[in-house]
Amino acid sequence: MTTDQLTRPADAPPSLGSRVRRFRIDERYLPVLGTVVVLIAMLAIGGSRYENFLTGRVMANVLINNSFLVVIAVGMTFVILTGGIDLSVGAVVALSGCVAAWMFSHGYGAAVAIPLVILVGTVIGLAVGVMVHVFEIQPFIATLAAMFLARGLCYIVAPESIPITDPTIVSLARTRWGTEDGLVITPSGVIALAVVAIAFVTLHYTRFGRTVYAIGGSEQSAKLMGLPVARTKVLVYVISGTCAGLGGLLFAIFSRSGYALTGVGMELDAIAAVVIGGTLLTGGSGFVLGSVLGVLVLGLIQTIITFQGTLSSWWTKIFIGALLLIFVVLQRLLAIRRR
Amino acid sequence: MTDDTAVTAPDATPIVAMTGISITFPGVKALDGVDFRLFPGEVHALMGENGAGKSTLIKALTGVYSIDSGRIVIDGQDRTFTGPAQAQAAGISTVYQEVNLCDNLSVAENIMLGHEVRRAGAVDWRRTRAAARKHLRTMNLDIDPKSSLSSHSLAVQQLVAISRAMVVDARVLILDEPTSSLDADEVGRLFDVVRALRDRGVAILFVSHFLDQVYAISDRMTVLRNGALVGEYRTAELPRVELVQKMIGRALEVLEQLEEAPKRSVAERADTQPYLQAIGLGRKGSIEPFDLDVYSGEVVGLAGLLGSGRTELARLLYGADHADQGEIRVEGTPTKMRTPRTALSRSIVYSSESRKTEGIVGDLTVRENIVLGLQADRGWLRRISKRKSDEVVNRYVEALGIRPANPEAIAGNLSGGNQQKVLLARWLATAPKLLLLDEPTRGIDVGAKAEIQRLVADLAAQGMAVVFISAELEEVLRLSHRIAVLRDRRLVAQITNSDDVTTDDVVHLIASGGQS
Amino acid sequence: MSAVGSIIRHRLFWPVVALGVLLLACVLKSNTFLDIAVRDGHLYGGPIDILRRSSVLLLVALGMTLVIATRGIDLSVGAVMAIAGAVALSQIAASDDPGSLAVVLSAIGSAVLVCLLIGVFNGFLVAVVGIQPIIATLVIMTAGRGIAMLITGGQITTVTSAPYKTIATGYWLGLPVAALIAGFFFLATTLITRRTALGVLIESVGINPVASRLAGVRARTIIWTVYILCAFFACIAGFIRSSDIMAADANNAGLFIELDAILAVVIGGTSLAGGKFSLVGTLVGVLVITTLTFSVTILGIPANAVSLFKALVVILVCLLQSPVVRHKMRARRRAVAPAPVEVPA
Repeated sequence: MTTDQLTRPADAPPSLGSRVRRFRIDERYLPVLGTVVVLIAMLAIGGSRYENFLTGRVMANVLINNSFLVVIAVGMTFVILTGGIDLSVGAVVALSGCVAAWMFSHGYGAAVAIPLVILVGTVIGLAVGVMVHVFEIQPFIATLAAMFLARGLCYIVAPESIPITDPTIVSLARTRWGTEDGLVITPSGVIALAVVAIAFVTLHYTRFGRTVYAIGGSEQSAKLMGLPVARTKVLVYVISGTCAGLGGLLFAIFSRSGYALTGVGMELDAIAAVVIGGTLLTGGSGFVLGSVLGVLVLGLIQTIITFQGTLSSWWTKIFIGALLLIFVVLQRLLAIRRR
Repeated sequence: MTDDTAVTAPDATPIVAMTGISITFPGVKALDGVDFRLFPGEVHALMGENGAGKSTLIKALTGVYSIDSGRIVIDGQDRTFTGPAQAQAAGISTVYQEVNLCDNLSVAENIMLGHEVRRAGAVDWRRTRAAARKHLRTMNLDIDPKSSLSSHSLAVQQLVAISRAMVVDARVLILDEPTSSLDADEVGRLFDVVRALRDRGVAILFVSHFLDQVYAISDRMTVLRNGALVGEYRTAELPRVELVQKMIGRALEVLEQLEEAPKRSVAERADTQPYLQAIGLGRKGSIEPFDLDVYSGEVVGLAGLLGSGRTELARLLYGADHADQGEIRVEGTPTKMRTPRTALSRSIVYSSESRKTEGIVGDLTVRENIVLGLQADRGWLRRISKRKSDEVVNRYVEALGIRPANPEAIAGNLSGGNQQKVLLARWLATAPKLLLLDEPTRGIDVGAKAEIQRLVADLAAQGMAVVFISAELEEVLRLSHRIAVLRDRRLVAQITNSDDVTTDDVVHLIASGGQS
Repeated sequence: MSAVGSIIRHRLFWPVVALGVLLLACVLKSNTFLDIAVRDGHLYGGPIDILRRSSVLLLVALGMTLVIATRGIDLSVGAVMAIAGAVALSQIAASDDPGSLAVVLSAIGSAVLVCLLIGVFNGFLVAVVGIQPIIATLVIMTAGRGIAMLITGGQITTVTSAPYKTIATGYWLGLPVAALIAGFFFLATTLITRRTALGVLIESVGINPVASRLAGVRARTIIWTVYILCAFFACIAGFIRSSDIMAADANNAGLFIELDAILAVVIGGTSLAGGKFSLVGTLVGVLVITTLTFSVTILGIPANAVSLFKALVVILVCLLQSPVVRHKMRARRRAVAPAPVEVPA
């Protein structure tokens, strides 16, 4: 967590006019703590009901299989922290996957293809940022248009599923580092964790990051405080687009193909992960680590249902919906109590 | 138009010199060739009624608005800023009336945001907080920089905002109504800080409605009226009466006449039973339990400083907030005020102090705004006929003198005074028996103010019960039959008004908290 | 201010132009596009087809307009459509006599009941608990399709039932039943919102919820009502969609229709920020989107590019409607234009 404000210090000087409550967990962390509790509860339930559940292999797989979602959720966190939303990420994932597959099938090497694939996301993010900031189109509509655009381009680039046989990608997909008992990590997992680390540092140790929070707190105040609101707002969509581009690459590595229909509804998974991770959709409050926990919760639901075996796949959706419900109601109750 | 008493420069050259500034908004000349000078090491008050152009002038200086014509010279250089960020870079910082900080962040961040101490590109939180603490000390503010801004009182937040303004080494500090939510002690502390800054050579532009404060702190003042410059004066050489005349632009006698007219009726109270009775009514964190009776035909004034609980009291009576203890009796019958609708069904209405956010429905027309209360009462199924609505709307547009007299005008475009009249029309159309008026005359011009005061007096004379809230004690004193005094969210005293009661008496009651 | 100028400034100007251009392009490509023929007493032709195909989107967009006018949004409509189809068809499939009108009516009745409950749930979360609409309705959007799968047991339920089939493919008075149903609800909603005070109360709640509550408007009830209405319209749309293919496809019925509906509302000039709404505008928006999809085949644009084509039109219309562009265009028309700055209080 940040060096900032985990708990209020016990030795804070008695202060004029302030109502400092001591020895209490900062309310900002309560939603994330809720996520942690849910995560632990799920691990406990899974561990007590199924053998081989609490093993390194299973846990590692939850992260590895969702590494692309982690990256996307990180990008989404930036946007949501400013009070915006990005509906285009699922389509961008598909597009960058299609572009990757197309480039590899046309003989481009990984050194050229990989940067370009990520750049696809960056460019779409930039376009969204310009629509939102310069033309004052609501983020919901601007990213919706970007979603249609990216999906449309997908069909142009790759009308049918294209397999990826590029040696670099194949080796990236096959590489496993780790111990014998299955506690392994893949390059995708490493990339996802690196993205999380970079995002964390950016959000908590740079002016840009703090401006993101300030805009979410009050855009009007941020403007009057002389902060670069315009630049920051465009940049969060660029970041989200770039993350989606990278996520698309990771998904292409995972599925070793590019297909126009991948990532349908993935933006909702990302938003759900961010919300379950304790970030407020109104902006200004939340943590990127929370979003990672949110992704893990979603992954664990899948895993538990797989372990159960008798439960049909649609229960996943119902569980995610129920969890979402519990979280938003709890957040709401917290907000009411704070007032 | 400039007065002959204009002063010459105290010393040296002005740090800010604005000449011939004009700004036009659609249909309004907001500023018309205004000149303004600000010198280092002075506290300069910008005076004028609401709508005189004070905030427009400030926003022209800080680059929020672009000017149509005129020159802005900062420290000898021609400048035009395109936003607050540029103005700040040039050493001009502004602290606004509503605290413009982010309450989801810590105190340290709010002070240092954009100016954090960095090492190798990353924010060094330890040193950033140390710097914040240093700035807080210069304000004599000993609070933990790590604490969240929202955990502090408004007064502290205001001082934090000033700390932030000083981080950039401001040479010009603009304080726009910084004291409107502070109590006397807090104002004193703020003024200590302001004087210390002035002595360090900072030029301070001070805007306030409180004349006492202006005379206590300012060295010179510039008076604006209707977007035009009236003159520039030394505070010590301009008596209050003259200042008020210059701000209002009328001779004092006319003013007195205007203000004298509406006065409480002297009718004896006939009822033995109060229309509304609050017994031990209270809400935690909002207002302590209080008892209050309001009789028909009587105006009960609520006196107290901003934040003393005046609004909170009225909201409990209206059911806008839930009381968590005590009870309300309407005409002797215990009534649970669950929502405003309950109050409405008992002919109790409330006009909020925040016209824009809690009163007017901006994008709807004047007609729709006026009949909204009636319509809400009838429910959505029974739409008020065009004929009925014409009748109601025309009656009140005429009776209250709503301008423009066009029922189809969009209410959000009307001036503050006319919006207030639209709100009054909305409520009067429902034929209420108890009218709760929260700051109905705030921010509207003198003429409209007198009209509203007269209306209140007339309504009471016709038998309506009125609870009248105003920050202006003179007004409360003139209109009320009884005055309830509030302080620190408690009802501390109730007095029967008479011609012998003076504002000083009420001020004394507020100051002493009712214990004399 | 010329008459031409005020027409161009009308918020529906660009959407209507877009619709006109699309229709014109279709006519240029296929001369008989706008011809209406009478066959077996039924009307056929391009315009009739567009009307029939618009019915589902129009119903959904109708409810969406009311929800958006209260500053809300309803993402759950697609899932509600899936549930409506699933409930109705499962019940018909389970009955002994799928062709009987009574069975169909009772199936429709129970599906409507289920959907109304979902509307009540959404409205409760938004109006009573106070959760942001986008996230409150995301719950059903996520869980809804799971529930629909639960009802159909994961199968795509298919039935043969003549009465049910009439909903989408039948004709009455020479017109498609689906279009008549949508048209009926469109007119009914327009009449109810404008002939009663409901419309202005909805707008008042959308523009300023706090002021409306203090003015005695039952803001909570109104918000609750629009979510229930929205779920109801989505339910009817779900019947048409499932009747069209005579199957309840829990995964694909109404997929992404919420996005099309929101687009139609926005193109129709109702702001996502709530307040003033225009049902006629929504109708235009729906026709633009449907014609867009329809014209793709006429114009010979590869089916793959539909989404791209749609994106370009949407972006264009949104850009032309955006405050910045409108202001710039106005500024160019008049030599000196005052900046639209809020006059300080």
